[in-house]
Amino acid sequence: MGMTIAEKILAAHAGLDAVEPGQLINAKVDIALANDVTAPVAIREFEKIGADKVFDKDRVVLVPDHFTPNKDLKSAELAKIVREFAFRHEITNYFEVGRMGIEHCLLPEQGIVTSGDLVIGADSHTCTYGALGAFATGMGSTDLAAAWATGEAWFKVPPTIKFVYRGQLPPWVGGKDLILYTIGQIGVDGALYKVMEFTGEAIENLSMDGRFTMSNMAIEAGGKAGIVPPDEITRAYLEGRSKRPPRFYTSDPDAQYEKVYEFDVSKLEPQVAFPHLPENTRPISQVGDVPIHQVVIGSCTNGRIEDLRLAAKVFEGRKVHPKVRAIVFPGTQQIYLDAIKEGLVQTFVEAGVAVSTPTCGPCLGGHMGILAAGERAVATTNRNFVGRMGHPQSEVYLANPAVAAASAVAGRIAGPEEL
Amino acid sequence: MLAGKAWKFGHDVNTDEIIPARYLNTSDPAELAAHCMEDADPNFVKVVQKGDMIVAGKNFGCGSSREHAPIAIKAAGVSCVIATSFARIFYRNAINIGLPILECPNAEEIETGDELEVDLASGIIRNKTQNKEYRSAAFPPFMQKLIASGGLINYVKEVANRG
Repeated sequence: MGMTIAEKILAAHAGLDAVEPGQLINAKVDIALANDVTAPVAIREFEKIGADKVFDKDRVVLVPDHFTPNKDLKSAELAKIVREFAFRHEITNYFEVGRMGIEHCLLPEQGIVTSGDLVIGADSHTCTYGALGAFATGMGSTDLAAAWATGEAWFKVPPTIKFVYRGQLPPWVGGKDLILYTIGQIGVDGALYKVMEFTGEAIENLSMDGRFTMSNMAIEAGGKAGIVPPDEITRAYLEGRSKRPPRFYTSDPDAQYEKVYEFDVSKLEPQVAFPHLPENTRPISQVGDVPIHQVVIGSCTNGRIEDLRLAAKVFEGRKVHPKVRAIVFPGTQQIYLDAIKEGLVQTFVEAGVAVSTPTCGPCLGGHMGILAAGERAVATTNRNFVGRMGHPQSEVYLANPAVAAASAVAGRIAGPEEL
Repeated sequence: MLAGKAWKFGHDVNTDEIIPARYLNTSDPAELAAHCMEDADPNFVKVVQKGDMIVAGKNFGCGSSREHAPIAIKAAGVSCVIATSFARIFYRNAINIGLPILECPNAEEIETGDELEVDLASGIIRNKTQNKEYRSAAFPPFMQKLIASGGLINYVKEVANRG
């Protein structure tokens, strides 16, 4: 019987010829990562195990990105725990402020993750790397601690749902809109415990940055992984970047899917997810008059160079609305530098936009843009749960970078064509 | 046998409601417990008693991978969580830290204040207030031992020491 990409990757890492959904396997992981919030708990558990060294100092990745640059005393202590652990165990891939980035922008950029990998991370958006044709999934700190000691983790092989996106995307519509639309269709538990495999003409023509955005939000549908079949676009991205040889897996023609969804996206509008769940999506034409106070452009979902280019295109020659604060967070130092070289940062500053060093910051209500009671934000981030960006009585609307920028100019939720 | 009062929540209770990120600058269980469920019900920690149970609808614990969420619930004295379904990462994290969780299709019949008894070995939930009995999938013996040990790491150490 044929296998899906997910099944092939899991089988290869478990040393098996084949696996099927529901099977429990123990598998070798290629990369096990954690951040400044989840690593301290993993380190505590790792030390309880009593292991004196990590399984492979090149494959444990530590990225302090959530509350860095340290937002307060307690966060500074957390970052210190991670730093000391990294130095003690000579972790190759530890990234300090000034050299770091938001983990899920940074790892692909640095070629640390590659096609065919099995990656676990103590961060739910670890599923981002599925865009490269890897099996990548979020776990908790204790699972990470165990993997750091043994290099292995157990998995229940998940069933795969196939998504086929037909047609060519209209202007201003991209990966963010595809994934928001999908979550709107299937719900925040529509892919619970399952792999989402993204295929079809619209995906084949989607850039790597757009694919990262889609895979990143698989978890918002409950997905265990969100995988894009690797192709020439993937190959071009990995060229000169991937630190290990990539392995391209494709699903067999007779692979078993639990379900197949087909969407014609040739007339898809930019999507906006209303509070307080990512499934509350509406096309931009049906948003109505929603005044806003803040715009956040960035995060592991939409903090890549293509996202910043889109936002800059909208901000070019325009000003942020007097009642709005707009903040751009480039995903990594490299993206920041590229944005400077391309003149995007100048466009942002001239428009009245604040440009921050890379950090997860406001996305999770950490720092650098917290909302007060009654305030509303349009954000290119991934979650709009109650209190996600600050006060429990604040609101977050999720959208693509062009809609976020247009909203910053208009002072209300707006599409770029309305300006 | 676990016994306690039910505290009912809705569908899709997410990890930001269970423990808001503004408190994630610590991993101390007692500090986390002080803010357990704060953005879903700010009064919860003031009224919850040791042994009480959280009851919810579908997809409990969706969102972030923060292990701080089940840690906060356990440290708040909650003896178990009963829901119609759980988000994947939360499910794994809860077991790994030794917080019993039960998937039960009848979870929504339970109301706040109902007196419950849970037998983890059989998976049977008794609702003494409504005089009803529900079934949930029982944990296999190794997982019962794992939870009783206080989580995966303690369990692994116990197994290793038994050698």
